[in-house]
Amino acid sequence: MSAVVAQTLDFKGLSCPLPIVKTAKALKELPSGALVEVLATDPGSVPDFAAWATSTGNELVTSAEEDGVYRYVIRKR
Amino acid sequence: MPARVVVIGGGVGGTLAANLLSKELGRDVAVTVLDPLGMHVYQPGFLYLALGKANGRWLVRDERLLLRDDVQLVIESAARIDPDEGVVRLSRGGALPYDYLILATGARLVPEQVPGFLEAAHDFYSFDGAQRLREALREFDGGRILVGVAGIPYKCPPAPVEFTLMLERYLAERGVRDRSEVTLLSPLNRAFTIESASELVQPIMERRGISLATFFNVETVDPSVGVVTSLEGEKADYDLLVLVPPHRGAQVVEASGLGDRSGWIPTDPATLQHKEHERIFAIGDATDLPISKSGSTAHFEAPVVASRIASLIKGTAPRESYGGRVMCFLETGGGKATVLRFDYEHPPVPPRPSRRWHWGKWLFNRLYWNTVPQGRIPGFLERRA
Repeated sequence: MSAVVAQTLDFKGLSCPLPIVKTAKALKELPSGALVEVLATDPGSVPDFAAWATSTGNELVTSAEEDGVYRYVIRKR
Repeated sequence: MPARVVVIGGGVGGTLAANLLSKELGRDVAVTVLDPLGMHVYQPGFLYLALGKANGRWLVRDERLLLRDDVQLVIESAARIDPDEGVVRLSRGGALPYDYLILATGARLVPEQVPGFLEAAHDFYSFDGAQRLREALREFDGGRILVGVAGIPYKCPPAPVEFTLMLERYLAERGVRDRSEVTLLSPLNRAFTIESASELVQPIMERRGISLATFFNVETVDPSVGVVTSLEGEKADYDLLVLVPPHRGAQVVEASGLGDRSGWIPTDPATLQHKEHERIFAIGDATDLPISKSGSTAHFEAPVVASRIASLIKGTAPRESYGGRVMCFLETGGGKATVLRFDYEHPPVPPRPSRRWHWGKWLFNRLYWNTVPQGRIPGFLERRA
């Protein structure tokens, strides 16, 4: 996959729903199809990002965890 | 010479920390509280004021009467803090030097950040806002009411849910419920951030016919047509709009370069010290800690800050630390309430709503003025969740 992440959003240390709200804000500035990477440490962000993607139609390309950091890649609708 | 401690902000946290310090150290400390109004406002009362269940006079007291006699009160704004020199510069030109500084500067409401908010939205986050909302609700004769959040983080996270549940009962009492629609706009896919609380509250909302619009983060309001638009691009119509305004840290924190991009103070979660300035501590809504901005947070943090500063002044090792403890009562309407008790490590397990917690909240509201600012905490608060 040659897709390039347009922006990395570091939301480590923030608790829900801040990572979601800030991601939604950042996506507004980007064109449709753009990829953003989101880093978070709140475990609640896993179900929240999944539900948010389903509800808003943005695609959750990756959802992974490493050493307590959750990494999401989202493609804007 | 006694050690000099300056406290900026005469809310719950600032008042309690000042009283505890002067009580513990007596003549070894000179505590000064700086507050722009010299008035202490009991903000949890705004909810009741808006719904016509409290009298405005009950919510405000003269700060001087809440402070110990040996604590000095200066009624003025802090313009700037100079941490290198250890001085707080005052708005009228004076200066207060300190050995330790406590920032209890709270949160600032910035409704102007949301286009259309000031023209169209009501709020219950300020005294004036709650009074205006009370008038609007008195005249409300049916239609669509939206309750939502226009910025995160905001004070007292359960408040929008609590307001919505109480509002529905209020409309029923007034006999206009059957021609009204009540909708809660939530930033997440559930009624409330904390899942256990959502699970408890959502069935109550359903039973009472309150709608929930999920992932609805208010971005703009168009008063000419009565429409709110979310960050996600969705729209909702209203006849009466009630929004939590966006919050920022205090102006003096921002002007002094002591806050993050939103003006919240970078605070050590355990010691409550400013992350870059060891003689500066932060309490309550002003911090960047990932926990609820609420009076109870400030209430539990103040003794930690007072004890740590007292140890530093006495030259002993500080022992107390903050574990993230928060407690919130949550009214579910109709004379019932539940309670959320949690800390950094333990999520809340709220009990089923009952009259007991409603009366607990009522009692706490009544006892507040004579217990909390002075450090006489009602016993039932001491029990762990």
